[in-house]
Amino acid sequence: MYPDGLKYSKEHEWVRIEGDTATIGITFHAQNELGDVVYVELPKVGSKFNAMAEFGVVESVKTVSTLYCPISGEVVEINGSLAKTPEAVNKDPYGTGWMIKVKIGNIADADKLLSVSEYKNLIGVK
Amino acid sequence: MGEMLSSIGKRSVDELFADIPDNVKLKGLKGIPDGCSEVELKNGLASLSRKNAPAGSCVSFLGAGSCEHFMPSVVNHIISRSEFYTAYTPYQPEMSQGILQAIFEYQSMICDLTGMDAANASMYDGATALAEAVSASICHTGKKKVLISKAVHPNYRQVVRTYGEGFGWEILELDYDNTGVTDIKVFEKMLDDKVACVVLANPNFFGNIENIKVFTSAARSKGIMSIVSVDPISLGILKRPGDLGADIVTGEGQSLGLPRNFGGPCLGIFAVKKEYLRLMPGRIVGETIDKEGRRGYVLTLQAREQHIRREKASSNICSNEALCALAAAVYLAVMGKQGLREVANQCLQKANYLKEKISRIKGYSIAFKAPSFKEFVVKAPSAIGKINRMLAKKSIIGGLDLGQYYPEFKNHMLLCVTELTKKEGMDKLASLL
Repeated sequence: MYPDGLKYSKEHEWVRIEGDTATIGITFHAQNELGDVVYVELPKVGSKFNAMAEFGVVESVKTVSTLYCPISGEVVEINGSLAKTPEAVNKDPYGTGWMIKVKIGNIADADKLLSVSEYKNLIGVK
Repeated sequence: MGEMLSSIGKRSVDELFADIPDNVKLKGLKGIPDGCSEVELKNGLASLSRKNAPAGSCVSFLGAGSCEHFMPSVVNHIISRSEFYTAYTPYQPEMSQGILQAIFEYQSMICDLTGMDAANASMYDGATALAEAVSASICHTGKKKVLISKAVHPNYRQVVRTYGEGFGWEILELDYDNTGVTDIKVFEKMLDDKVACVVLANPNFFGNIENIKVFTSAARSKGIMSIVSVDPISLGILKRPGDLGADIVTGEGQSLGLPRNFGGPCLGIFAVKKEYLRLMPGRIVGETIDKEGRRGYVLTLQAREQHIRREKASSNICSNEALCALAAAVYLAVMGKQGLREVANQCLQKANYLKEKISRIKGYSIAFKAPSFKEFVVKAPSAIGKINRMLAKKSIIGGLDLGQYYPEFKNHMLLCVTELTKKEGMDKLASLL
């Protein structure tokens, strides 16, 4: 439910760093709290964000929640399939439920993120 | 009570009403003594009210946003049903399928009428609906400049300014040309990448028909949203704003089976193209299926609203005009496509008849060359106030004194003709001018 090899943010996003690209989505805990996701508002390719800036919005049946970009960078790809199948965020949050890919601006931002165990601690799971 | 007053720093209850102008405050009823019996009171009040000339007893040529249209009696019959009339916020789907379905039908008919993809369950009135459309476009584009035609209802423009004050919207007005429609050349000069939206009314306040398409095309090329405020009756014959490139359509639905009622309650129409669905403020009824696969209706997309989204929402509206929307739905269903077309056609033909007739009266002229729908502006040889007082003595309510709203139009009158206006009434007016 909380894969190793990923970094986590306090706002419940996960980051997969591969070279100078980071793939970002929301965690199992986040999608569970939100309930059925019905819509994801993603930024345009080319948008630039500072660490922990708002990059979009995830809407579920019961609420609308802000998405924060854990690592600074420029958006190079967005997951267009979420427009048709937003439920992928619930069913496969770390796989087909990915949201954006950014070209990393400052790799040092990753140092401020949480490890698996730190994140599990934050949300109170073992 | 003295204690309550002093704790808020007031000396009398009257001080709480200080905002109301003194000249409209009631200072006792003339001719009705204190301590009279119920019968004496009723008689006294009845004789006072007989001094009034209720609109129904006069021939009226006054429009400017609220006018007299046919109200099929079935409208009142249906909205008076206590299930509709007394229900407050009837949106719990388990027990409100009737009203939810009726509002869904209303929304669907508004989409049909305007050529848009989605409509909400209504706003308070045409003016606030327009202000909300501006707000939505500003939220969406992230820009702060608004270009609004001077030919949009002056009260609507004032409401937009009121909404924008706290937010710092930069509201710029587009001039009209001498034919009586918004000047496209002025618009093209003012277009830039800081503009969120362009706002037009069709027909405009002068009654003239705007060239919507030329504005929406120019706006689209710069990523500017187009907002069109309409008279729904005119859509019985005019092209739909949705087909002419409008991104948001708003309007006043009073003409759809609602009485004038001293100016309210009104009905704010709000409809959008598909891509702006989530921008739409207020309540939206959606169609869905229950766990047994049966069709049902619910309020939907509620997570966008400010009671959940808080400072991210574009609006703080948490209500609608359900009963008025129901009345409009009944009106549209009863009149149907043919009926609405007939109403619109009669408005057009009758207004043109009066326009022609007045143009031939010595001292009077038609102010604008542009084609008009049910309202038009005439230039009179003397002050409108004086003319209207003379007409009132003959049980005719004259048109709006346009000079009160546009100083350049002193001695100009805005006349409104509807399907209910009789030829005799128009002939009588012409004979008195």
